[in-house]
Amino acid sequence: MIEITLAHYLFLSASIFTLGVFGIFVNRKNVIVILMSIELILLSVNINMVAFSVYLQNITGQIFTLFILTVAAAEAAIGLAILVVFFRNRGSIQVEDINSMKG
Amino acid sequence: MLYLILFLPLLGSFISAFFYKKIGDRTCQIITSAFVVTGAILSSIILLETIKTGKVYEYPILNWITSGSLKLHWSIYVDSLTAVMLVVVNSVSALVHIYSIGYMSHDPHKPRFMSYLSLFTFMMLSLITADNFLQLFFGWEGVGLASYLLIGFWFKKESANNASMKAFIVNRVGDLGLLIAMFLIFKTFGTLTFSEVFSQAADQSKNSIKIFGGEYNLITTICVFLFIGAMGKSAQILLHTWLPDAMEGPTPVSALIHAATMVTAGVFLVARCSPLFEYSQYALNLVAFVGATTAIFAASIAIVQTDIKRIIAYSTCSQLGYMFFAAGMGAYNVAIFHLFTHAFFKALLFLGAGSVIHAFHDEQNIEKMGGVWKKIPLTYALMLIGTLALTGFPLLAGFYSKDAIIESAYFSKSLFAGYAFVIGLTTAFITSIYSWRLIFKTFHGKYNNTMSFEKVHESGPVMLIPLLLLAVGAIFSGYVFHGIFIGENTQFWGKAIFFLKQTAHEHPPLWLLILIPTLVISAIPLSFILFLKRKDIVEGFVNNHKPFYNFLVKKWYFDELYNLIFVKSFRGIGTFLWQRGDVKTIDAYGPDGVAKVIKNLSDRASSVQSGYLYHYATVILIGVILIVSFLIII
Repeated sequence: MIEITLAHYLFLSASIFTLGVFGIFVNRKNVIVILMSIELILLSVNINMVAFSVYLQNITGQIFTLFILTVAAAEAAIGLAILVVFFRNRGSIQVEDINSMKG
Repeated sequence: MLYLILFLPLLGSFISAFFYKKIGDRTCQIITSAFVVTGAILSSIILLETIKTGKVYEYPILNWITSGSLKLHWSIYVDSLTAVMLVVVNSVSALVHIYSIGYMSHDPHKPRFMSYLSLFTFMMLSLITADNFLQLFFGWEGVGLASYLLIGFWFKKESANNASMKAFIVNRVGDLGLLIAMFLIFKTFGTLTFSEVFSQAADQSKNSIKIFGGEYNLITTICVFLFIGAMGKSAQILLHTWLPDAMEGPTPVSALIHAATMVTAGVFLVARCSPLFEYSQYALNLVAFVGATTAIFAASIAIVQTDIKRIIAYSTCSQLGYMFFAAGMGAYNVAIFHLFTHAFFKALLFLGAGSVIHAFHDEQNIEKMGGVWKKIPLTYALMLIGTLALTGFPLLAGFYSKDAIIESAYFSKSLFAGYAFVIGLTTAFITSIYSWRLIFKTFHGKYNNTMSFEKVHESGPVMLIPLLLLAVGAIFSGYVFHGIFIGENTQFWGKAIFFLKQTAHEHPPLWLLILIPTLVISAIPLSFILFLKRKDIVEGFVNNHKPFYNFLVKKWYFDELYNLIFVKSFRGIGTFLWQRGDVKTIDAYGPDGVAKVIKNLSDRASSVQSGYLYHYATVILIGVILIVSFLIII
């Protein structure tokens, strides 16, 4: 049985973070996927926090994590709301169609 | 009083041009007409005064130009010559103003039309009241401008636009002559004021001037250039091509500008400069030759034209030729007398033609008229008076002036006197033929129009009353004024016209006195037979002499010739400079090239902004990574 060390947690968190970042950049389809990727990035940060909190025997990181989760939930709600309004206005949430910032 | 005469038309023009929205069409017409009518009445008073007392009016208005030794005043100078012109210009202009109210009643741009007419009147007045060459030139160009505006009045008509440009450009050629003459005068006389120039003329008459290596008599050179200017304005042969085309304008315009006033400016110029011309027999011969040639040339064309206005236009051209050869014989007073009578009957003919055109709803081809004299009896009668006066029927206006011209040629000892005399007689005959052809084809014979006969209608009183007044002028102006203008020992002209040699008044032989009216009257039955009863004679002649007929119909091929020589070559040069020089060189490497490069660069730059959020995010991320790694490495 392998003992799970801090490095494993950090590796997991880094993997999830990378997954999230690539989810944003490579994704060409749907804006919801981008929102989900942002959630992934946040979660990876949370994992880091909790891992270090346990490693350093300091409760602060875990408390922060709870706060971040709350904020993330609120943020997801706002993001989805924006998305709904956007869909109503443009009739599409395809990433290709969102290019009104084109120069 | 003179201030009023000069500036009322200008005021009217301004009011009608700038305030027509506030005061309405009708008020514009009334104001401009009323102003010019006032001017006409006042100028008749001035003419009467001049006849009675021989008074010369001189009112300097302002100091216009002072530059070195060049001092010019803007002033009003009225001697007997100007007084006559004042009456001609103002009375015809007033009647045309009134006539236009009726003629232009269906036009949407009445205020603009009235404004142009008044502007023209002002310019013409400043031309004839000038006391120096430059003010004369101002008026000269001003009437050219007004003529341009009025010929192109119906600016939606392509042909009208072309005609207006043609008139303007052909006139430029003549104006260049006038300008050169002015430069020469200023260079040698040191002044441009008439009285000072003329008082030096006798001293300068022996001097000569060098031009391009050759040595010419000074006065002759000046006079020839002055006459080139006059030829342009008065549509003499070589520079006549614009006048027939100018008939594209509304008919009142043709009557006012292209028959009665503006085209006679050339004759006025020659008469005004008589103190110069008298010292140059060569220039006088040229004037006589060109005038006589124009007279018969234009008459020969008029005889085959079918457009009612063009016939009258060529007739005008021909009559102007008469005036010039009279002037060339040294009989300036006779020339001015013919100018005076001609203004009345030619304006009458034009306005009558306008009335006919109106009656036929804008039909101008005389082949498509005919048989309507009972339907429009007043117009018919008035046209008849105009024609009789033009042809020189005894006791009407043209009779006195035309006879006097032919007699002046008969008595003159100038080089071209015989030539002018023969041409004068022949042209009088041809004039009679084509004028009666016009009458017979328009009013007699059978009705040739597709429009229903019932629709032909007489014009309203607003158009007929000016015609009636002009008819009065056409009947009586010769009889009343011949004693004053060309009578023996008349003192009327005073210093306005200068005669070097006192012309002895001889009485023409009886055969001449009888010959002219006989020719004129015999043309009536002749043209009646040729153009009404036995059309087959004319048609047979035309078919047998097709080339000759075409030569006349095509106006001696002048337009074609000018097209070939001048228009084509200048257009070629212009196209070359435009396409090669401008478009392909200056534009391609200049503005267009620079713009193209900048557009290219900015197109590339703008492709960076794709508008996709994730592209921006990538860039931000890469940036963050770079900055962070940079900070870490340091």
